[in-house]
Amino acid sequence: MFETLSHLALQQYWWIIISLLGSLLVFLLFVQGGQTLIYTLGKTDIERKMIINSLGRKWEFTFTTLVTFGGAFFASFPLFYSTSFGGAYWVWMIILFAFIIQAVSYEYRSKPNNFLGAKTYEIFLFINGAVGTIFLGTAVATFFTGSEFSLNEMNFSKWEGAANGLELALNIHNISLGLAVFFLARVLAILYFMNNIDNKEIFSRSKKQLVINTIPFLFFFLLFVIWLLLIEGFAYNPINKQVAMEPFKYLHNFVQMPLVLIIFLIGVLFVLFGIGKSILKSCTNGIWFAGIGTVLTVFALFLIAGLNNTAFYPSTFNLQNSLTIENASSSKYTLAIMSYVSLFVPFVVAYIWYTWKSINNKKIDEKEMSEDIHVY
Amino acid sequence: MIENLDPGLVDWSRAQFALTALYHWLFVPLTLGITFIIAFMETIYVKTGDPEWKKITKFWMTLFGINFAIGVATGIILEFEFGTNWSNYSWFVGDIFGAPLAIEGIMAFFLESTFIAVMFFGWNKVSKKFHLLSTWLVAFGSNLSALWILVANGWMQSPVGMHFNPETARNEMLNFWDVLLSPIAINKFLHTITSGYVLAAIFVIGVSAWFLLKGREQLLAKRSIVISSVFGLLSCLFLIYTGDGSAYQVAQKQPMKLAAMEGLYQGSEGAGLVVLGIPTPGKQFDDQKDDYLFKFEIPKLLSFLGYGDVNAFVPGVKDLISGGYEYNNTNGIKETALSAEQKIEKGKISINALKNYKHAKENNDSEKLKESLDLFNENFKYFGYGFLNDPKSIIPNVPLTFYSFHIMVSLGFYFILFFSLSLLFIYKDDIEPRKWFLRLAILTIPLAYIASLSGWIVAEVGRQPWTIQDLLPTVAAVSQIDASAVQITFFLFTIIFTALLIAEIRIMTKQIHIGPKEGGH
Ligand code: HDD
Ligand code: HEM
Ligand code: HEM
Repeated sequence: MFETLSHLALQQYWWIIISLLGSLLVFLLFVQGGQTLIYTLGKTDIERKMIINSLGRKWEFTFTTLVTFGGAFFASFPLFYSTSFGGAYWVWMIILFAFIIQAVSYEYRSKPNNFLGAKTYEIFLFINGAVGTIFLGTAVATFFTGSEFSLNEMNFSKWEGAANGLELALNIHNISLGLAVFFLARVLAILYFMNNIDNKEIFSRSKKQLVINTIPFLFFFLLFVIWLLLIEGFAYNPINKQVAMEPFKYLHNFVQMPLVLIIFLIGVLFVLFGIGKSILKSCTNGIWFAGIGTVLTVFALFLIAGLNNTAFYPSTFNLQNSLTIENASSSKYTLAIMSYVSLFVPFVVAYIWYTWKSINNKKIDEKEMSEDIHVY
Repeated sequence: MIENLDPGLVDWSRAQFALTALYHWLFVPLTLGITFIIAFMETIYVKTGDPEWKKITKFWMTLFGINFAIGVATGIILEFEFGTNWSNYSWFVGDIFGAPLAIEGIMAFFLESTFIAVMFFGWNKVSKKFHLLSTWLVAFGSNLSALWILVANGWMQSPVGMHFNPETARNEMLNFWDVLLSPIAINKFLHTITSGYVLAAIFVIGVSAWFLLKGREQLLAKRSIVISSVFGLLSCLFLIYTGDGSAYQVAQKQPMKLAAMEGLYQGSEGAGLVVLGIPTPGKQFDDQKDDYLFKFEIPKLLSFLGYGDVNAFVPGVKDLISGGYEYNNTNGIKETALSAEQKIEKGKISINALKNYKHAKENNDSEKLKESLDLFNENFKYFGYGFLNDPKSIIPNVPLTFYSFHIMVSLGFYFILFFSLSLLFIYKDDIEPRKWFLRLAILTIPLAYIASLSGWIVAEVGRQPWTIQDLLPTVAAVSQIDASAVQITFFLFTIIFTALLIAEIRIMTKQIHIGPKEGGH
């Protein structure tokens, strides 16, 4: 079935999968956002306990999605994996450290004799929430801003930037996307708590925080998007594969792929609707709208970064070294094999959905925290 | 091609990989095995309805949860480290190597993390049967993750199912099934997971023995010992069988590793297997010292195990450097071995031919194109040697490989004895008074970890300098970043992982002290 597709079609298919995984990941970052709100929303021990347990049943999914995102990128576009990870070393290392300390924190925080003390694990969770989101956003923004790297005749890469990737964190556009992701994660977390925790205090504090976090989110998001629509982008010629700057490239991508534009607009609307509804009324289902909206919006942004003859990982050091879905991908055979594997994805989503429904059909409340179950 | 490489960079990158991989491996084997032990226990609970079995299941589950969290924390770094620290490697073989990593994420990690949630939070929420199914799925999920990563690792030890594409300058997959079913990968998988079962069985027996020594939780302890002794003994027999299979594969595919495992410098026909020995310290391959200060060997066994023929010639380190001996190649045809120097020369020819091929392509010179391509293909087998300059650099650390191998194997036989005794005593129901055995059982826990870590040292140190056997040495595989950056992350990893390890051990021992609770945890 997949063997009959052209190499280009497979490359596009895989870019779409990567985009989908990336957008799911951004949605799932609500766990990270929530970790930065534990003390803002929880004023007593039991309140904090409920918040932590509410997140603690979801963190594995964000984590595993990140791991799968990395693995899928490696399998489908190995040249990106080798160039970006090996070059922007510090950006990725900082992200990784932020996730390493998260992985133990839920399980160890409330256990007796835990060496570092509950407070330290809470700080770990906070660091993961802030640093993880901001740096992931920064890293993704380089799809549009470019990085300084070169490739030799073996396609071995060398980073030409000043500080092994740290210089990327000084670019204002990278940072604005990073901060947009950070505040979005907090907004989503708040909506998630409103839906998942049965507690009046937490609910009313959440409503207040929702407004406080929506404003900076919108500011940084609009800053990034407006800039994006106005800049020159990295286009390549489909015939001779030469890369050149094209004015309004990303705006053109939206116009030339109207479906993507529609996805983007619906996504943004859904996010706004979910937030607005939760601010104005006392509803608990805002997370569904904002969540679906986030997935659609981020999906569209990934698509305009890589499709329509756009270089998705541009080199500002040597334009012709820029990575495109055509020159960075795996061989046709590997992409076809991996496409069969991708058919498992709906199945995976289905069983995740099913199991969550069967153990999560009830909101978290104070009573449950003292029951005979696994409590963090 | 690899200009001005800082030698410190390679060493720091290797040190960092070794550190993070070994930390990961401190936690992985327990996960691999204990999930099955827990699944057996819960199955009995569901079959009998005896609440004591539920208590037992939940107790071991708590310990598993503590171990699992840190296994995950140390795992994520390995996944990304191929990109961050072995970036040339990631391009050179990403077309083949990336796939198992991605499949692992999609098929195994999600399975594990989803059903672990049911295991921990689902006791009062889903039916008993569904809960049991989840526990089994966690066990299979964790073993499935081992499958894919070990297929990938096996492929690096013996690359199959691929060809080199000069256009893209990388290896590309030709046959997925060849990669998946390569005998080295299958052996590695079976050997590694069973080593996890053995380790977990020893862990459970050791902890139970501690309870018995303290005169606590006798029922829990004895029942746990019964299950683990049976599981451990069967696994250990299979472990030795697959270990032999691994050694056979090494003899075929990585003769230098075999020579290092046996400390064999001077090859011979009808070579014996050294059971006990001390390799001469400071021995160089070209000096006149004896290979061993002292050795006890079983005659002809090495030739037999490695080649299925008691009189087969087993090349030593010296032979592999100087070549000139005869051997049967993969097609069963007799060939004379090249010396390391000749291989390096051929490697350089093929690297050069690849460069010329690229130039010819740019200049549309079709004659030159064909000529360089032919030259390249002819010498590609030794491509990786072209990155090396000194024949000696193909020798791994012999004493380390030798000792690790012999420690692992000796412990393997000791574990058989250990499980047999434990089974015997528990069967005769007089394990409690035998304090010496209970103490021994506790002491055996660290030995299981030592055996398991030694195994990876044999596998990884023994294949130096190759990341991909004969195709890509570590000097060419490394990311070209500042050595100081790697140095800093190395120390950061050391600090963080050590702190987390201490936390894990303290929490684990505390939970063991607390013991099972009536309800859960
Ligand atoms: C409890 C742990 C344990 C025990 C008792 C043994 N092993 Fe092992 N061994 C491992 C744990 C291990 C391991 C950690 O799982 C390794 C590392 C890489 C691998 O594939 O398995 C390994 C590797 C390994 C290798 C290297 C494979 C390679 O380089 O690809 C060989 C030849 C053996 N083993 C052979 C044996 C033999 C003959 C044993 C017993 C008589 C034995 N092992 C017991
Ligand atoms: C160097 C190669 C390895 C890499 C890149 C790697 C990667 C990972 C990652 C990313 C995780 C965390 C997964 C999660 O999101 O939950 C993990 C955990 C784990 N890995 Fe490894 N791993 C490696 C070696 C191994 C080996 C050799 C085995 C087994 C033989 C193994 C078996 C497991 C198991 C059982 C876990 C338990 C935690 C979990 O699955 O989540 N890994 N590994
Ligand atoms: C597919 C999985 C794996 C890959 C691709 C891989 C690759 C590598 C690489 C690139 C190095 C550094 C090169 C060097 O050693 O100089 C290395 C070293 C090492 N790896 Fe692996 N490895 C894998 C799995 C593992 C696992 C799971 C372990 C077990 C814990 C392990 C144990 C080691 C050790 C001990 C070294 C140090 C050897 C040395 O530096 O001399 N490896 N491996």
